[in-house]
Amino acid sequence: MPGEHFVVPPHWEWYILGYFFFAGISGGSYVLGTMLRLWGDARDATTSRAAFLISFPTLLICPILLTLDLGQPLRFWHFLINDSGGGLAFKSWSPMSLGAWALLVFGVFSVVMFLAALTERDSIRFRRLQPAASFVAATAGRVFMVVGAIFGLFVAAYTGVLLAVSNQPVWSDTWALGGLFLASALSGSAASVLLATRNRSEAMATDRKLIEADRYFILLELALIVLFLATLGGVLSKVLSGGWIILWVVVLVGTLVPLGLHWRASRIRATIPPVGTAAADISLLAPVLVLLGVLALRAVVIFSAQA
Amino acid sequence: MAQAVGFFTDTTLCIGCKACEVACKEWNQLPNNPLEFRDSYDNTGQLDHANWRHVRFIESTTTSPDKPIAWSMMSDVCKHCANASCLEVCPTDAIIRTEFDTVFIQQDVCNGCRDCISACPYGVIGFNSTSGTAQKCTFCYDRLQNNLKPACATACPTQSIKFGPLDELRQTAATRLATLKAQGVSQAQIYGDKEYGGLHAFFLITEKPEAYALPSAQSAVLPSRNNFPGYLTATITAILAGLAGLIAFRRRGEAPTTPSPSPGAGTGGSSPSPARGGGQGGGT
Repeated sequence: MPGEHFVVPPHWEWYILGYFFFAGISGGSYVLGTMLRLWGDARDATTSRAAFLISFPTLLICPILLTLDLGQPLRFWHFLINDSGGGLAFKSWSPMSLGAWALLVFGVFSVVMFLAALTERDSIRFRRLQPAASFVAATAGRVFMVVGAIFGLFVAAYTGVLLAVSNQPVWSDTWALGGLFLASALSGSAASVLLATRNRSEAMATDRKLIEADRYFILLELALIVLFLATLGGVLSKVLSGGWIILWVVVLVGTLVPLGLHWRASRIRATIPPVGTAAADISLLAPVLVLLGVLALRAVVIFSAQA
Repeated sequence: MAQAVGFFTDTTLCIGCKACEVACKEWNQLPNNPLEFRDSYDNTGQLDHANWRHVRFIESTTTSPDKPIAWSMMSDVCKHCANASCLEVCPTDAIIRTEFDTVFIQQDVCNGCRDCISACPYGVIGFNSTSGTAQKCTFCYDRLQNNLKPACATACPTQSIKFGPLDELRQTAATRLATLKAQGVSQAQIYGDKEYGGLHAFFLITEKPEAYALPSAQSAVLPSRNNFPGYLTATITAILAGLAGLIAFRRRGEAPTTPSPSPGAGTGGSSPSPARGGGQGGGT
């Protein structure tokens, strides 16, 4: 049950919105890349490589945004090292503390997979990165990849839990945010990978799989949006009033329209539409709308609670 | 550890003189408030980085024709909770419990993440954009270390703010409550005996806690309550998403191949073909 608190807003704004967005895309892309390698076939190699190539650059943006948001940016390392008592600053019950560590650890997995993916593309130019690719190709590499995916899931989801572990109205009144941000991040990641591979004929077969996966992720996201709103109780009006409705419309357009387009694409898309055709434009439209919806969802959750 | 200390603020004795606010600002060298007009004698507004004491003026209408408006005054301050929400979430351990059992933000450790601000259910902590840190009442930690009373309690002319060992203050509060009840003030109650494990700054109030911007005992809950349900929902979502991936990405009649590097490009048996339309697709 929502409790009546008298909290003042922490003024987490644009940097945090950007951080939540890119953390979701980074973690989600890594997870998609891993799933494609574990459960896919040879034809999925191009797309899984694209997923890993997306994961690390988007992850790099995250600590930059986080640090810029701090009141004392040069003390960013206080998240990791206890400056007063010595030792590590690690609190398992504080999502912000866990998240700082998860970003660091996930960075190791993400960069190794990024380097391996670079080598796969051009092994002569990146021959010095061969050890990374060889490691990933081995059995131990698969274990490494899966452990990384667990951290990727955490990075994509914990931002929602971080908001909930507060006493801020809206955020602390629901338990759905972690799941909601994860489902939305996976959907956004599928959209990012689709955009990255949309002009590549060798990714055609995987595009269909990604579209199918994105349909499931969007359905999951829609279910969690309903749960999120249903758990807000007395503070529901805070997220559904005034200008926030516009953002909700973007969220709905970013879920329902791609869902319809994906459904249509799964029925008719036996071949790749030539670039410049109406069908190709539609394949561009759906991922772009999904990404806008992912951004709008985070914006409405972050900003409406602090208004 | 030194003796646990506390504030007992008896709102029935507060006359709204704001001597506590002034003493606090003077001792702690807090900046002036910007000049603005409010529709109230309360020209401080709220506790924040520059106001570590705030005298609330709670104005309510009555049924008496002689006194249509009733005022309650309360000198508000950080509650120095036994189970403090701010201390719980602080990721840098900048917020600590002192030897006096009070809650203190180390200014040289705080990196200004503001997680504590979203956690404090009393809206006590403010962000100082000049120092880039979160700030609140220190319980005059420097004065305590030198055996001095906090500035606010020293300045209070009516002894509405009492300072002392926590155990003694609770006895004083219980005696005062009994006296008021005997005098017919039936709505009098102590706020801070149970909330958040017991507040080190607790109050005698004569209206519902919410009227003083204090969460009720039922609402006085810690942020960590949402850890388990939050992560559980995320875990269930992850499992469902994994199943979705398994269904969508499963091999369809082809042998699984993990791409291994081979000279001259080629990834797992799928030779890269030229990008159609000239696009490189996100650097893949």
